[in-house]
Amino acid sequence: MHEMSIAEGIRTVLEDAAKANDFSKITRVRLEIGAFAGVERAALDFAFEVVMRGSVAEGAALEILDLPGRALCYDCAVEVEITDRLAPCPHCGGGRLLVQGGDEMRIKDLEVL
Amino acid sequence: MCTVCGCGGHSVEDQFRAHLAKQGQAPAAPLAVLAPHPAPKPTAPKTPAPAPAPVDGSHAACTHDLHFGQGPAGTEVPGMTQARLIEIETDILSKNNSFAARNRAALAALKAFSVNLVSSPGSGKTTLLCATIRALGAQPLAVIEGDQQTSNDADRIRETGAAAVQVNTGKGCHLDGNMVEQALARLDLGAGALLFIENVGNLVCPAAFDLGEDAKVAILSVTEGEDKPLKYPDMFAASRLAILNKIDLAPFCDVNLDTYEANLKRVNPEIEVIRVSARTGEGMELWLDWLRRGLAAKAA
Repeated sequence: MHEMSIAEGIRTVLEDAAKANDFSKITRVRLEIGAFAGVERAALDFAFEVVMRGSVAEGAALEILDLPGRALCYDCAVEVEITDRLAPCPHCGGGRLLVQGGDEMRIKDLEVL
Repeated sequence: MCTVCGCGGHSVEDQFRAHLAKQGQAPAAPLAVLAPHPAPKPTAPKTPAPAPAPVDGSHAACTHDLHFGQGPAGTEVPGMTQARLIEIETDILSKNNSFAARNRAALAALKAFSVNLVSSPGSGKTTLLCATIRALGAQPLAVIEGDQQTSNDADRIRETGAAAVQVNTGKGCHLDGNMVEQALARLDLGAGALLFIENVGNLVCPAAFDLGEDAKVAILSVTEGEDKPLKYPDMFAASRLAILNKIDLAPFCDVNLDTYEANLKRVNPEIEVIRVSARTGEGMELWLDWLRRGLAAKAA
């Protein structure tokens, strides 16, 4: 259940942004989450709703933008997009892939009042 | 009232009148119109009219016919919301990362080498640590012990004579940068020391939280099953070294150590693997050398 900690991380960032940008209500939060960030969408939806209560983002809509997983294939030396960590290389079918990206967890933007 | 752009009257009757006009019918009887409304559209005959019907001026600027089926009604209406968009592009774990960065800087200043030991509960982390501390002898070191409850592990470490701080996370499933910063403040870590951070036994969550360590070391015992790296890939992907522990038990567990290693490499082709038995001491020297190399790299 580290989605709860992630939601608390989001709340901290949002409260800081509210002070810095002088707004009092957030109506929508857009996140960019990589395929390998280890975030379970349903768990984050739940945690977000609970953790945002009483904050500037209470009741805000949560939108998650998926970022693809990227990996470097050791066999054909090409950077490829893969959907899960254990997927074979789509070019050569090789199984030795070094993940290069897809563990992002970012707050992209906010819709505020 | 037109529900898309707000033009027209304000009553249900208006909408009904507009609907009838669209259908080419006139209202059978005068309706109770509550608000003034522009002249109704002329009734269109059932057969095509020779001349185009005059356009209702009140709708001249309303092009909502084009919007049908495109997104939820109302979202594109100007003036409906005062919302503004703020780009923040901030990492969700930025707070944790800032604690981790402070820890990393403090440890770098001391030329201390720190490892974050991650594993499932019962893989033998504490036994391995006690054996490591005894084998390292005079090497200055300290231990941060993470568990949900009890100080059992810190007590076991202190029996070896090493300094240890127990961090009980309560309900938490992982250590975070702030906990480690507070624990560091309670340790008198000397220059050139080794710092072992024994994370909460959990193969999932600790992968995501940077503590400021130099390397994550995953400990996997042979009794856990060869498929664990495949089942919990995030943790092994985040680790620089995997220690395959309890290899003295391998003959009794029907496991193939090469399969363990192949599965680890499949998840993380760059991971180093050391086979160890903390109980018999087999492989311990390789692990100690790995730690000494880490220390030497920090001192350089």
